[in-house]
Amino acid sequence: MCVVCGCGTGHSHDKTEAPATDSDVQVDATGDLHYGAGQARVSVPGMSQARTIRLEQDILGENDRHAARNRENFTAHGVLALNLVSSPGSGKTTLLCSTLMALRQRRADLPLAVIEGDQQTRHDAERIRETGVPAIQINTGKGCHLDARMITEAYSRLPLHDALHAAGHTHQSPMHSHVDQQPHAHVQTQQHQHSHHAHDGGEPAGMLFIENVGNLVCPALWDLGEAGKVAILSVTEGEDKPLKYPDMFAAARLMILNKIDLLPHLDFDVQRCLDYARQVNPQIQIIQLSARDGTGLDAWLDWLLAGAPAVDRRAARIAELEAELARLKAQVEAPHA
Amino acid sequence: MHEVSLAGGILSAVEAAARRDPFVRVSRLRLEAGTLAGVEIEALRFALEALAPGTLLAGAQIDIEQPPGQAWCLDCAISVPLIERGAGCPQCGGFWLQPTGGTELRILDLQVEDH
Ligand SMILES: Nc1nc2c(ncn2[C@@H]2O[C@H](COP(=O)(O)OP(=O)(O)OP(=O)(O)O)[C@@H](O)[C@H]2O)c(=O)[nH]1
Ligand SMILES: [Mg+2]
Ligand SMILES: [Zn+2]
Ligand SMILES: [Zn+2]
Ligand SMILES: [Zn+2]
Repeated sequence: MCVVCGCGTGHSHDKTEAPATDSDVQVDATGDLHYGAGQARVSVPGMSQARTIRLEQDILGENDRHAARNRENFTAHGVLALNLVSSPGSGKTTLLCSTLMALRQRRADLPLAVIEGDQQTRHDAERIRETGVPAIQINTGKGCHLDARMITEAYSRLPLHDALHAAGHTHQSPMHSHVDQQPHAHVQTQQHQHSHHAHDGGEPAGMLFIENVGNLVCPALWDLGEAGKVAILSVTEGEDKPLKYPDMFAAARLMILNKIDLLPHLDFDVQRCLDYARQVNPQIQIIQLSARDGTGLDAWLDWLLAGAPAVDRRAARIAELEAELARLKAQVEAPHA
Repeated sequence: MHEVSLAGGILSAVEAAARRDPFVRVSRLRLEAGTLAGVEIEALRFALEALAPGTLLAGAQIDIEQPPGQAWCLDCAISVPLIERGAGCPQCGGFWLQPTGGTELRILDLQVEDH
């Protein structure tokens, strides 16, 4: 990662030789001035040597390409990858620990792995490893979010992919490369046992949880290749967080309202919080739970084992509107008495 | 402060452009950051200016266009302005809004000098 800007692109910050003089003139060794030595090679008085290069490119395009490759890889292997985002301390790691242990109980042989993003410590990955699930810590340093390339790198070091293959997820060609841009051969294999994972829904063949850096702003913009973002909000925070950080809640597939065991001691207005979340994202799904005492955890586990399905409330709304339209039409077209 | 990494991404894109089609400096960089793109314009400008010295962007004028938020209201079946995420439809007050504009985050063009 580039330590200067934290961008992870590996570009150099070496000093390029800046021209010491006015842009349209070059000074040679004898002190002579050369005008019009630019690409055009002609000097047109009053016309600068500037030209325009049209780029029209997405600033996040490079990240998005890496993310697309990750997504292809996850999908082809039936890996459900989720990107957990929240403010610091809302309970991501605690929730992950309880989730992993509960999943172990329900599906002892389901391959699991965790990527832990943090600016500084390795503490969270160690907490995960204590559950027996492999975890890799990514320290972002000054960086306030994970990016898709970090995920590619971390995923390649996790045993999840090997575990899937050990569980019978075989490749057609043993020399098959997993990082190329070709569609993964798995989805084309005729009798492939995981081919049903290539599309939405169904029980995943494995799960990858990514705990992003505690920050509700920056991670909203960086696609990691996940199936969906899960925004975790705890009841010790303000109920208006969805309105204060609308980009994140708009980007999330699921909101988890955590620490509900504390509700009796607080005056947190749950309904208002849910309304705000739906206001920025009418499609968002919501699960209320306590990572500490396990209340509500089953709904979350069911959702995970169902492959984190998106609920198309929009389609339902469209159907409603169409029915209404049909009713109105029938009224208008009805013969007058 | 993800604007810092966005600025790094912009600089990388500029350097890549210079490898394809060499130039020595950028005199003007034109960006587009929609009002719903999740980017603080002033923070982005600050980050670019902090990063610029010693790079192709040194001394470049930075113009950032901000396309306004626009959304399709499912209930009204019209396109409406959307000032910010979470704001209601100005017609019906509802929230069934699909942003259709203002989410752009792009480098438009560079004015470059060859010597
Ligand atoms: N009462 C209660 N406390 C919880 C619950 N979940 C987490 N906590 C506590 O909240 C604190 C923060 O939890 P973490 O799991 O470390 O939160 P995090 O989101 O991973 O934090 P960062 O990684 O630092 O952003 C800890 O003291 C947890 O014990 C819950 O459901 N109920
Ligand atoms: Mg944590
Ligand atoms: Zn494979
Ligand atoms: Zn940031
Ligand atoms: Zn409307």
